[in-house]
Amino acid sequence: MAYQLTVNGQPHTVDVPEGTPLLWVIRDVIGLHGTKYGCGMALCGCCTVHINGTAMRSCTTAIQNAAGKHVTTLEGLSADGTHPVQVAWQEIDVPQCGYCQAGQMMSASALLAKNPHPTDADIDAAMDGNICRCGTYLRIRKAIHKAAEIAAKQPAKAPAPQA
Amino acid sequence: MTTTMTSTLVSRRSFLRVSVIAGGGMMLACYVEPFEKALAAAQFGPPVTLLPASFITIVPSGEITLMAKNPEIGQGVKVMLPMLIAEELDADWKDVKIEQADLNPNKYGAQIAGGSTATPMNWDPMRQLGAQCRAMLIAAAAENWGVSASECTTTASRVHHAASKRSATYGELSTKAASLPVPDPKTLKLKDPKDYRIIGKNAANPDIKKIVTGKPIFGIDFTTPGMLYANFEKCPVFGGKAVSFNVDEVKAQPGIRHAFIVPPGPDPSALAGGVAIVADSWYQARHARDNVLKVVWDEGPTAKQSTELYNSTAEDLAKKDPGQVLRKDGDVEAAFTGAGVKVVEASYSYPFLSHVPLEPMNCSASFKDGKLELWAPSQIPAGGVGQSAAACGIDPKDITLHLTRIGGGFGRRLTNDYVVEAAYIAKQVGVPIKLLWTREQDMAHDFYRPAGYHNLKGAVDANGKLVAWRNHFVSFGENGRYAQSAGLSGEEFPSRFIPNFSQLSSMMPSGVPMGAMRAPGSNAIAFVMQSFIDELAHAAGKDPVQFRLDMLANQPLPSAPPPPGTPVAFAPVPFDAARMRGVLLDVADRSGWGKTKLPKDTGMGVAFHFSHRGYFAEVAQVQVIKEKQLKVHKVWVSGDIGSVGAINPTAAENISQGAVIEGMSHVMGYEITIEKGRASQSNFHQYPPLRLTQAPREIDVHFVKSDNPPTGLGEPALPPMPPAITNAIFAVTGDRIRSLPIANLGYSWA
Repeated sequence: MAYQLTVNGQPHTVDVPEGTPLLWVIRDVIGLHGTKYGCGMALCGCCTVHINGTAMRSCTTAIQNAAGKHVTTLEGLSADGTHPVQVAWQEIDVPQCGYCQAGQMMSASALLAKNPHPTDADIDAAMDGNICRCGTYLRIRKAIHKAAEIAAKQPAKAPAPQA
Repeated sequence: MTTTMTSTLVSRRSFLRVSVIAGGGMMLACYVEPFEKALAAAQFGPPVTLLPASFITIVPSGEITLMAKNPEIGQGVKVMLPMLIAEELDADWKDVKIEQADLNPNKYGAQIAGGSTATPMNWDPMRQLGAQCRAMLIAAAAENWGVSASECTTTASRVHHAASKRSATYGELSTKAASLPVPDPKTLKLKDPKDYRIIGKNAANPDIKKIVTGKPIFGIDFTTPGMLYANFEKCPVFGGKAVSFNVDEVKAQPGIRHAFIVPPGPDPSALAGGVAIVADSWYQARHARDNVLKVVWDEGPTAKQSTELYNSTAEDLAKKDPGQVLRKDGDVEAAFTGAGVKVVEASYSYPFLSHVPLEPMNCSASFKDGKLELWAPSQIPAGGVGQSAAACGIDPKDITLHLTRIGGGFGRRLTNDYVVEAAYIAKQVGVPIKLLWTREQDMAHDFYRPAGYHNLKGAVDANGKLVAWRNHFVSFGENGRYAQSAGLSGEEFPSRFIPNFSQLSSMMPSGVPMGAMRAPGSNAIAFVMQSFIDELAHAAGKDPVQFRLDMLANQPLPSAPPPPGTPVAFAPVPFDAARMRGVLLDVADRSGWGKTKLPKDTGMGVAFHFSHRGYFAEVAQVQVIKEKQLKVHKVWVSGDIGSVGAINPTAAENISQGAVIEGMSHVMGYEITIEKGRASQSNFHQYPPLRLTQAPREIDVHFVKSDNPPTGLGEPALPPMPPAITNAIFAVTGDRIRSLPIANLGYSWA
């Protein structure tokens, strides 16, 4: 069945069976591999993307529920690594293996879009659905505060297309 | 690294060959004699007689490319090994580009992510490569300028001649240097550590930009034109095989191209029996597997086994005479009946664990004209080549293997079963395939950290001195051979530090696949030993740190010689009490042990462990709310991994903090139980890794430098963490934790 959706500002029409998880549409049909598969049950958060600006687990989002919506993946934060979250992740040297970090950064950027100056408690609440098996949590907390600082120094930008 | 191994590496005949490459630059190659025989004996790859390697390329523009030879699983080796080369090359780090090498042991030597071996195995050889290249660049400059090489110096990718005020860049000298003879490393003096400009300084993760922008760098991200996607369903009972399945129904599903039974391979631990489904997309294969596939399995004998059976068998064995005596000192039984002694008895146990790296098992493979190409996230890729060759009936020489970045290893990817499956399926279907397991398949078909049972009896005398210790260890194995990673050494601490001591063992058979998990053996043994030491400290009325210091002050009894035939690289390294004392005093000092006034519901626990040549002592500050809700507020880690401290401090801190987080997962929630010969847990809701909310606010990591060669860090920071936490629980509540995980005892994170 054909579904239309916008991914990182680009319109796509995909022909997949109803019920196909958005994750596999993004990875294997559209061909963006930044979004990861970890559990398939919305338990680990590796597959987190923004759907109309809200952080969602793409592994349990059926394609029909993403149809007509704006999806942002890690590649959509910026292609050159200049989004405040991407900059902070580099400066703090967050990753170990790096596999979960796409999901971490998408949860973090969704948090910061709604709450530009999160407290530690806000961060804990927003990031609790993202597992890091390597255990980079302390640096994730630090990087989110750093990203908030970086974003605060930047001139206000036009809202992202999906917002 | 033992002293023996270091000297073997240093004295090994090694020389370099230089050849001019396209563009007029130089390529420096290192030829070394094999130390891989030892590795082969430890199943680390096929034996090789001569291993040439090539690591450094300098082009006239000045760019320096260094090959990173080992698999990157998040341990930071992709930058660490090039740092060693660059230091002695005296390169400007800004000029350095790092490239991941494919598998080529004949060129690069051993390519392994395991056993915390990268540093001890490569510390000397990598630095020598850099030093040899630097000497050749100096020789080229000296010849150009008609001066003596001894008058030339280097800094940051330049050669200088101070007297004539001349200097040239490495790029400018590269073509000339490539034509010069390669010096014997024995003639070269390596840097004084005080002159290090790269080692000991933070170096960025070379893949960081690709990670934060979502580039396809992991095994799971690989694609090639015409590729199909595969899933492989194995018998849920370990060792079972497929008899038949509803092939027509499966093939009638959308997108399914192939569906067939794979018989168990020549080595069933490398290729188990199952059903392969190959489709146009992975989700189609998975959908058919989840919703349509019905397999008739021959479950085999393991179907009768369970955790319950193992537990009761272990209890029976503990009452009987031990099967093996691992070590005996003094007269332990007499010491238990000595006048005025206090005797403590306790049984400890821990469960099977699954590794759960976040990137599920996967491998891409292409088989064409008798040749196999693999894109494999493997910790020991040479093993995958050997096993794939055997399973496919081809020559290992006809296999090319590309190393991808790996989404977590933890020892899971030391076993190449998923690589062999991909190879076999690709050969059957004749087009490139990407095999990907589901998370459920990953948890159901691991090579699990073995469960274990320890039955302990210890005694302290009237002065509070530990005088006797007996451990009857019950584990898995048959005919006197332990299952993988299920053994215990007679030398394991506190062995040698107690006058009356016996380490005994018994084993029972099991069909559960077992294997190495981060700090194998140690990750569970430390919990047992360091908890029981705490019990004895309490019985002695001594402070837990002081009691440990007293133990370490004892004159150690002699070490037993390693079993005959032990490869030198894996020979046990004797426990050095002075080094452990160093980290224990450091962590006690930094944590304010015994000096910090804590709230009533909060306490500290301490533990130490020696593994993988590293000495670690850790303190956890834990709050216990309403008896069973835990909050770990802060953790202090002190490690001694040799003379440099951390080679790359940012990565070292990160991986040590990760070890603490992993230890917390072991304590609270990780447990695989076996029922009817299969794993009961299927996904993270039943096997919960620690989450961000539960992580401490602070994990303070410090490296104590000692006059020893640098050693690895992937593993040794983990083992002390579980007992540091459980000892802290005891300090607060008096509840002595003797089995993991503690969620089974009613505990949860606050």
